[in-house]
Amino acid sequence: MAKGILSYGVYIPRFRIRLEEIARVWGDGEEISEGLRVLEKSVPDLDEDTVTIAVEAARNAIDRCSADPKRIGAIYAGSESHPYAVKPTATIVGQAVCSSSSFTAADFEFACKAGTAALQACLGMVGSGLIDLGLAIGADVSQGAPGDMLEYTAAAGGAAYLIGSQDLAAEIEDTYSFTTDTPDFWRREGMPYPEHGGRFTGEPAYFKHVTGAARGLMKRLGTVPEDYDYAVFHQPNGKFPLRVSRMLGFSKTQIEPGLIVPLIGNTYSASCLIGLAATLDVARPGERIFVTSFGSGAGSDAFSIRVTDRIDEIRCRAPSVRDYIGGGEYLDYAMYARHKGKLRV
Amino acid sequence: MRSVSIIGVGCTKFGERWDVSLRDMIAEAGVLAIDDAEISGEQIDALYVGNMSGGRFVEQEHIGALIADCAGLSRLHVPSTRVEAACASGGLALRQGILAVASGYSDIVIAAGVEKMTDVSSGTAADALAAAADREWECFFGATFPALYAMMARLHMRRYGTTHDQMAAVAVKNHHHACYNPIAQYQMEISIEDVSRSPMVADPLHILDCSPISDGAAAVVLAPTEMAKKLSESPIKVAASAQASDTLALHDRRDLTTLDATVHAGRAAFVQAGIEPRMVDVAEVHDCFTIAEILAIEDLGFVEKGQGGQATEEGLTAIGSSLPVNTSGGLKACGHPVGATGIKQAYEIALQLRGEAGRRQVDEAEVGLAHNVGGSGGTALVHIFTR
Repeated sequence: MAKGILSYGVYIPRFRIRLEEIARVWGDGEEISEGLRVLEKSVPDLDEDTVTIAVEAARNAIDRCSADPKRIGAIYAGSESHPYAVKPTATIVGQAVCSSSSFTAADFEFACKAGTAALQACLGMVGSGLIDLGLAIGADVSQGAPGDMLEYTAAAGGAAYLIGSQDLAAEIEDTYSFTTDTPDFWRREGMPYPEHGGRFTGEPAYFKHVTGAARGLMKRLGTVPEDYDYAVFHQPNGKFPLRVSRMLGFSKTQIEPGLIVPLIGNTYSASCLIGLAATLDVARPGERIFVTSFGSGAGSDAFSIRVTDRIDEIRCRAPSVRDYIGGGEYLDYAMYARHKGKLRV
Repeated sequence: MRSVSIIGVGCTKFGERWDVSLRDMIAEAGVLAIDDAEISGEQIDALYVGNMSGGRFVEQEHIGALIADCAGLSRLHVPSTRVEAACASGGLALRQGILAVASGYSDIVIAAGVEKMTDVSSGTAADALAAAADREWECFFGATFPALYAMMARLHMRRYGTTHDQMAAVAVKNHHHACYNPIAQYQMEISIEDVSRSPMVADPLHILDCSPISDGAAAVVLAPTEMAKKLSESPIKVAASAQASDTLALHDRRDLTTLDATVHAGRAAFVQAGIEPRMVDVAEVHDCFTIAEILAIEDLGFVEKGQGGQATEEGLTAIGSSLPVNTSGGLKACGHPVGATGIKQAYEIALQLRGEAGRRQVDEAEVGLAHNVGGSGGTALVHIFTR
């Protein structure tokens, strides 16, 4: 039985802050933006959080395929910035988008890959026949401590995917994960901002896991980079996905459509799911997409996806990723600090 | 006093060794050295290990017993001693091993060095390293190591007309040498412009003027020269081992542009070995910053005071010239796991004198020198080796 994506939806807040504005405040050089290959990042509005972003993305996903929300049997919400430590995000989303109570729900957390973990869980539920449709969400209003390197990229955004077995816009051919206990980035209970291992987040964390999962999946499927029209990798900055695609043998052309981090920053659990959405926004029927997420702690989920004829029918029924980029309102650091709740009174 | 020789050497790859621990690296270096010497564990009489700050870097002290245990020697109850002199810990471990053999107390001795620095944040590492300076009179007032060496550099520039391009030439040359060294952390070429454009750390020192934070371990096997002739086909003789100290704080020095500890240790070593500086064929010197190599070649008497920058710029210290300095890539490009550095220098000189340095081999190298500094010059060690 083929399983995959019926529909997808994204949401990115309209506020932006330029990296040079953050660098101005902290006295860092302008070259920081060039080094990270990120120009600006999205910032949530005063009343936006992971829940509101997840709801917006979920509504866009449902609107795009006109599916009856009553068919949704599972909602899994992945985030590292759930507004409650105890009290699910997924139930709030469910109440907002479903008109039934007949669904299971849970929140996922796995740093930046909670969204793809939720997607895999939905695939399992659909594949086993336990549910008809599953809603997998990755959404974050990620945190970076003032002055920390993370502050330059920690952004806000969400993506939602309706997973099922009929009327697929894209079939998920296979998925493969690579997971180890690698403490490259963490936030302990009660702490407002995450900590990280500096350069340790690169080679032994991001690159090892992304290449581990990607190579594992291609080996199992007997595919090579040339078999794919597009590739999407987790985008903590603009540099890492470029480098990892080179390491794996993918070209710049393959990753270009999904590489949105320079204009919105790292949306954490939504990062590679928004990248996939941007790719689905332009992909033609029959084309193949290779996706690999990364979550600190650490693990990667790789997916091999084939776009179907239905993509052309549903594509324009909801806002594209590009619809959320451009025309944003720029904040200075003071307003940004207020939006992010960095000022405590 | 007995003459002492090196009969075996070993060194791990230097760099960000995320996949191994301190004990893994010391075992790796130890096994390489013992294999090279073709000896067995039962023959080892004593161990010395240089380690600056296991406590701060990996929360492990008592490194002496640890390395004996890791080497599988615990059941033999071999005496094992950790020595510390900041970045000169390795050189000091080598000297302690040499003294033990020279005195007749021990025959076969392992001198090792190890540091695992990348398990902590760069801030924690910088603070641990700052403990090599005068905590009360320098660090509490905001001085860091780059800041202290930057002051030496500024005065050297003012007094002798040394330029930043001349300092950058040290980094460029050492990176070039490191390209030929399989254990080096940075096997890549850089240009003068790369150094000048890299982020400023402490004016005039840019990030590429500074040695990195590294993991690594090295070990050498020492034996009395008479015994070494029977045990090894290519023993390397220790012609001199000298050590000197100076004020801990930079501001108490006689001269900010001279490391008197280097001058005194160097002079003593040349007297012991009965040679002149010009007779040295290859040298490993302590280039924790680019200015430090310029000071070292002056203070060791290879060039006149004030001429170090120009000599480097003219290529005097590159492989192929009259005095190749830091053929390993030095601390700058081979890496600087502080406790291991002094032993790695002896490892590099031994390879050069044995003719086993591959593409970085110095032709007909017969006399080699290793110079290891602790802190900003509170300790200096100079060893001279001959074939």
